[in-house]
Amino acid sequence: MADLTSNFLGISSPNPFWLASAPPTDKEYNVRRAFEAGWGGVVWKTLGSEGPPVVNVNGPRYGAIHGADRRLLGLNNIELITDRPLEVNLEEMTRVKKDYPDHALIASVMVPCEEAAWKEIIPRIAETGCDGFELNFGCPHGMAERGMGSAVGQVPEYIEMVTRWCKAATDLPVIVKLTPNITNILMPAQAAKDGGADAVSLINTINSITSVNLDAMSPEPMIDGKGTHGGYCGPAVKPIALNMVAEIARNPGTHGLPISGIGGVTTWRDAAEFMALGAGNVQVCTAAMTYGFKVVQEMISGLSQWMDEQGYSSIDEVIGRAVPNVTDWQYLNLNHVTKARISQEDCIKCGRCYAACEDTSHQAISMSEDRVFDVKDDECVACNLCVNVCPVEGCITMETIAPGAMDERTGKPVADEYANWTTHPNNPSSAAAE
Amino acid sequence: MAHINRENGVAAGRLDPTQVADNFTDLHPEYDEHEALVAADRCYFCHDAPCMTACPTSIDIPLFIRQIATGTPEAAAKTILEQNILGGMCARVCPTETLCEEVCVRETAEGKPVEIGRLQRYATDTVMAANTHPFTRADKTGKSVAVVGAGPAGLSCAHRLAMLGHDVVVFEARAKGGGLNEFGIAAYKSTDDFAQRELDWLLSIGGIDIRYSQGLGNGVTLDALQSDFDAVFLGMGLSAVNALGMEGEDKDNVSDAVEFIADLRQASDLTTLPVGRRVVVIGGGMTAIDAGVQAKLLGAEDVTIVYRRGQEAMAASEFEQDLAQQKGVTLICNATPVGIEGNGSLTGVTFAYTETQNGKLVTLDETFTLPADQLFKAIGQKLGDTPDALALDGGKIAVDDTQRTSAKGVWAGGDCATGGDDLTVTAVAEGRDAAMDIHATLMGAS
Repeated sequence: MADLTSNFLGISSPNPFWLASAPPTDKEYNVRRAFEAGWGGVVWKTLGSEGPPVVNVNGPRYGAIHGADRRLLGLNNIELITDRPLEVNLEEMTRVKKDYPDHALIASVMVPCEEAAWKEIIPRIAETGCDGFELNFGCPHGMAERGMGSAVGQVPEYIEMVTRWCKAATDLPVIVKLTPNITNILMPAQAAKDGGADAVSLINTINSITSVNLDAMSPEPMIDGKGTHGGYCGPAVKPIALNMVAEIARNPGTHGLPISGIGGVTTWRDAAEFMALGAGNVQVCTAAMTYGFKVVQEMISGLSQWMDEQGYSSIDEVIGRAVPNVTDWQYLNLNHVTKARISQEDCIKCGRCYAACEDTSHQAISMSEDRVFDVKDDECVACNLCVNVCPVEGCITMETIAPGAMDERTGKPVADEYANWTTHPNNPSSAAAE
Repeated sequence: MAHINRENGVAAGRLDPTQVADNFTDLHPEYDEHEALVAADRCYFCHDAPCMTACPTSIDIPLFIRQIATGTPEAAAKTILEQNILGGMCARVCPTETLCEEVCVRETAEGKPVEIGRLQRYATDTVMAANTHPFTRADKTGKSVAVVGAGPAGLSCAHRLAMLGHDVVVFEARAKGGGLNEFGIAAYKSTDDFAQRELDWLLSIGGIDIRYSQGLGNGVTLDALQSDFDAVFLGMGLSAVNALGMEGEDKDNVSDAVEFIADLRQASDLTTLPVGRRVVVIGGGMTAIDAGVQAKLLGAEDVTIVYRRGQEAMAASEFEQDLAQQKGVTLICNATPVGIEGNGSLTGVTFAYTETQNGKLVTLDETFTLPADQLFKAIGQKLGDTPDALALDGGKIAVDDTQRTSAKGVWAGGDCATGGDDLTVTAVAEGRDAAMDIHATLMGAS
């Protein structure tokens, strides 16, 4: 049985599944139930400065994108940081940590970009017994307009500065939560590292308008006839998050910086993918908000079964395992030739591969009168679109053409040696280098 | 358990009214919006979709389902009705299990097709509930066309002609329109007077005048129609029924299944409709099933459908056969009637077993007798008397692939004409296609 125990920055938790700082972790009641349901840790919903708490809108806070059967694919929110008094949160955190010493409890913090504010609050929160801090430099709505959240996260110098203040104020691990609403994730990640961060967590939500109410002509969620951009999360953002995690993991400047992976983790497989790309653990929010805390049980059983099947005994053996295989386009092997293969046995004859290829790609699939679909090897560029649009899992696959065999499309045998764009004759740079 | 009247013979009120009402509720109840969206989500929007090819009226099924899925059932209805103006009835009575749904790729994939019929009903019912009609008439052409028969073929033809700007007069032999939709379909497939509501809705396009209780040989002659109108469409269906040709066929309580089905549809109170305690139905088509199942639902204790060939040869679909068996109707195959028993009134029917030998059906010596106090014959219908000017083929009015008969300026479609599968949907397709050819002919000539 694989050991799912997680030790992230020295913070131990029974498994690598943490609840992200968000509505599910806003109060003691929720967090106790989450721990009982099996979550390994929580990042408590972001605490703000002492004084009158922020207020939230009193209309809808969420908008959504649905797939077939109203499956929730993307969620957008305009909720702010905790709207409960700081003192109440601190008391509750203290009680929870005392009762769950083996579970991770991280405090998410967002206060104005002034040294005094951070120096004042960090030690105070540390008294709760929490295991570390997560600096919320990510929220793209509401708080950013007040100079906090992503307004900090979009300026690397601020990230470095605030991180340094916090590191100086505590011995506990400091995680910097990054916003994806930037052009290059490496800049804020590097800044966090330079400021002394123990880890980064990403991604926070993506600026978004999920839909427009066409009767009222207003973005949703609509508050009294008006809407605003909110933070997008859920399964739809996972590909964006995976890329950003991978970039930080493979970039020489940030390689080795621990990462807490966030962004659409819904199943054990999503978690395994984040970890393979370098995340030391994962944080989850939308899946819990969609299905309740119980979903973690599938994540635990699934990850455990997969690790057993693969022969991994601890999650450390999984973390970063795919990072060496993330490369730049120019290093991909141009001599690797594949062709689509349609299993006639599995084919249900819907013709979607044909429509996709014929109308929008390479006219490389034929259709007979009796709806038999076949790949034309002399046209197939192996784009994979047919695989992606086929409704039957595994019906269309890509077959690697062995070196020496003929590529019907080019009329040339497949070369055995690896060759990429950097040495390709069509590449002006490669010609210049000769 | 509710009261059951087990009196021998043929009697009304065998079940209490609540039970009867419950028995005759909608076979496939209408989807609510959520159910429709869930069902629509299952459609893969296939390329050159097999369902569309299988539909005799070639409805663009993937398109209308996508229109439902995107919250525009009204647009979906228009997609359906453009091809099939009786799409509402077809959604209820089409044997979808042998047409569109049989070839649905999800039938191939999971053995569970997209429920196309019910989705079609959702779309068409939405439009009918709003009482909107998505089509308007073109400018008047000044041409007039006579349509004989207000059944599916005639109505489909009349609507299309009216839409194209022609004036249409429909002659209907009965006092009520709808044809088999009104008189020939099991009550649980067309509830709440749907056939009449659909007829009224169809006529709301305007330009169609229906004259009831008039038909060929009943105040109207083909010659007169040919001279009074620019074109004639015949869609009067099959008005005669086949007989067994056996002694005793004239006994009390031996009748045609189509008559029973029509009486049942026209009855205002089903508990007043008499039915036998033991009922035998002879035949293997939809009429036999509709009669047998409804006799059972009215409270007959034993209902047996007897078919002379093997089960695989039954014209009734597998779904219909299953339905009959679910309702407690017994199917006996490979048996042919050889005697109608009873001294005065019917007491039973004697059958001989049959067997197919060298491709021919052979009657064997062994016989058995089913006790019966009511016998329904469902062994097919045939064309009534037709004017000599019309050439026949296999007992039906011969038509070419544009529905033209041998008589100049006369088109025909539906059950009275050759081609088609004696289905509502094929009749609608033929009526529509005839209208298009009539239009082309009339406008080309002007």
